[in-house]
Amino acid sequence: MNIDQIHAVLLERFGQSVVGPEPKRAIDPWIEVQAESLLQVSRFLHDDPRLLFDHLNDLCGVDYLEPDAKKAAKFGHEPHVEVVYHLTSMTHRLQLKIKVLVPRWKDGVAGQLPVVPSVSSVWGIANWHEREAYDLMGIEFSGHPNLRRILCPEDWSGHALRKDYEFPLEYHGVRGR
Amino acid sequence: MSLVIEDPRVVEFDVQTDEMLVNMGPQHPSTHGVLRLLLRTDGEIVHECTPHIGYLHRCAEKIGENLSPPQYIPYTDRMDYLAAMNMNLGFALATEKLIGMQVGQKALHLRVLIAELGRIASHLVGMGAYGLDLGTFSPFLYAFREREIILDLFEEACGARLTCSYLTIGGATHDLPEEIEIPDGLASLTGRKPGERYPFLEVLEMFLQWLEPRIWEYHTLLTRNAIFIKRTAGLGVLTREMAISYGCTGPVLRGSGVDFDLRRDGESIYTRMYEGYEYEIPVAPFAEAPREVIVGDNWCRFYVRMMEVVQSIRLVRQAIPRYKAAAGTHREGFKMNTKLPKDEVYLETECPRGQMGFYLVGNGDAAPLRLRAKSSCFCNLSVTDKICEGVPLADIPAIVGSLDIVMGEIDR
Repeated sequence: MNIDQIHAVLLERFGQSVVGPEPKRAIDPWIEVQAESLLQVSRFLHDDPRLLFDHLNDLCGVDYLEPDAKKAAKFGHEPHVEVVYHLTSMTHRLQLKIKVLVPRWKDGVAGQLPVVPSVSSVWGIANWHEREAYDLMGIEFSGHPNLRRILCPEDWSGHALRKDYEFPLEYHGVRGR
Repeated sequence: MSLVIEDPRVVEFDVQTDEMLVNMGPQHPSTHGVLRLLLRTDGEIVHECTPHIGYLHRCAEKIGENLSPPQYIPYTDRMDYLAAMNMNLGFALATEKLIGMQVGQKALHLRVLIAELGRIASHLVGMGAYGLDLGTFSPFLYAFREREIILDLFEEACGARLTCSYLTIGGATHDLPEEIEIPDGLASLTGRKPGERYPFLEVLEMFLQWLEPRIWEYHTLLTRNAIFIKRTAGLGVLTREMAISYGCTGPVLRGSGVDFDLRRDGESIYTRMYEGYEYEIPVAPFAEAPREVIVGDNWCRFYVRMMEVVQSIRLVRQAIPRYKAAAGTHREGFKMNTKLPKDEVYLETECPRGQMGFYLVGNGDAAPLRLRAKSSCFCNLSVTDKICEGVPLADIPAIVGSLDIVMGEIDR
């Protein structure tokens, strides 16, 4: 089963408004999923006997922003955040990449984290990966059982992998920079 | 003062032990580095085991956004520092996939040789350290004696022992040396004079000949040891479904009975390295296992590692003549300022501890827009709270040790 066939299966079940008219072409082609339907799509990918994507390889966020105003014109992407899911089907030996695109800040208010549904009820490992994405990329996963920072200390401020992240000047009396 | 108890149930309530929070680590010797476990215990029984990580977080992903791929290779060494060669390889392959490069035959077999040696070195530490966790010291000494020779060989090949940065984009930084001084350890073990010079590949063959029968000795030390079996068999059972759901990979996954190894099932850019090689992938259940063993327990995870060492020896043996016969260069050119295309790749490779993944997003610059290192130990560790429920406190090191984690890779 290739990416087009997987996409056709999803298209038949969810329609164009959820999974887009066709997969996006790249070295590893991918399918864009609407954030609101992510949980249903994930559950379907996991349970459907034709797909059985039982293994979540990786879940991470990517921040598309060029903080340098001079380079911004050449950057070629609208500022946004992507959540990328790499899946494997152990049974059918299939691989799939799906993405959820969200604005950098919810409602355009700086500091308000964008919200993506948690898939930790579908794949157990998503629990920790989502905590890491929340910690470092600043994405809120709604319905996550325990959304706490995982690598940084609990009282850390900011999300380090955001492109406009400012390194703190001091932390508990320890000088930064 | 006499205490009058009207309701007998109060007495019952009074003698019940309170739950206690026990903090284990981050400096505890059997947590394999800076892992902190928070245990909620009732007497000796652990009800909840919460791992706290992040003590070794060095912002490796953020650093990667400012460096070109060859500059980043040394940072990959410091992720899984016990298998630096395999980390280098994973990252180099991901970059090659992004820029569409395919290395030549010579580099290919050199990589198999080095990566499998790295796997042996890593599993030797895994075995030795697991013995330490269970309170036996000698396997550790034997394992380090053998590993020392591999590190000496690495030193001859690239100048570094732990943080090698040897396998790089396009091949390896240097070709293997023609002739080397025999490592002191190997000289004394095989009865040769220290300081004598031999061809590198001959020394390697000498070492493999020495190592292979020793593996069976380790089985008598640990695998078949009655105390070892008592501490490992039937404990920390990770079911097949849970292993897959929690993203466990490598020996942890195969110990739970899932036949999946990226060297065989991975992407073609990785599997082409192993084309034509003969080796087996050890997967639980094992016919020769003791009666008490259950698929997915500590013993199975340990045994998968031990059997993988044997297979890696086979692979290195096969790689030696292929490397000798291969023509071409050990390294294709790759400039430090090569612009990465506007595309993205994800590639996982089979490292000793599991599937290490690198996700690279290029954006027309030499440095990637995003560099993600997906750690195998991170996923393997996430099951601890599931498999440590209801076990005695003393079994926690046995279970966590069997996952064979390296904190450098988890925290990145």
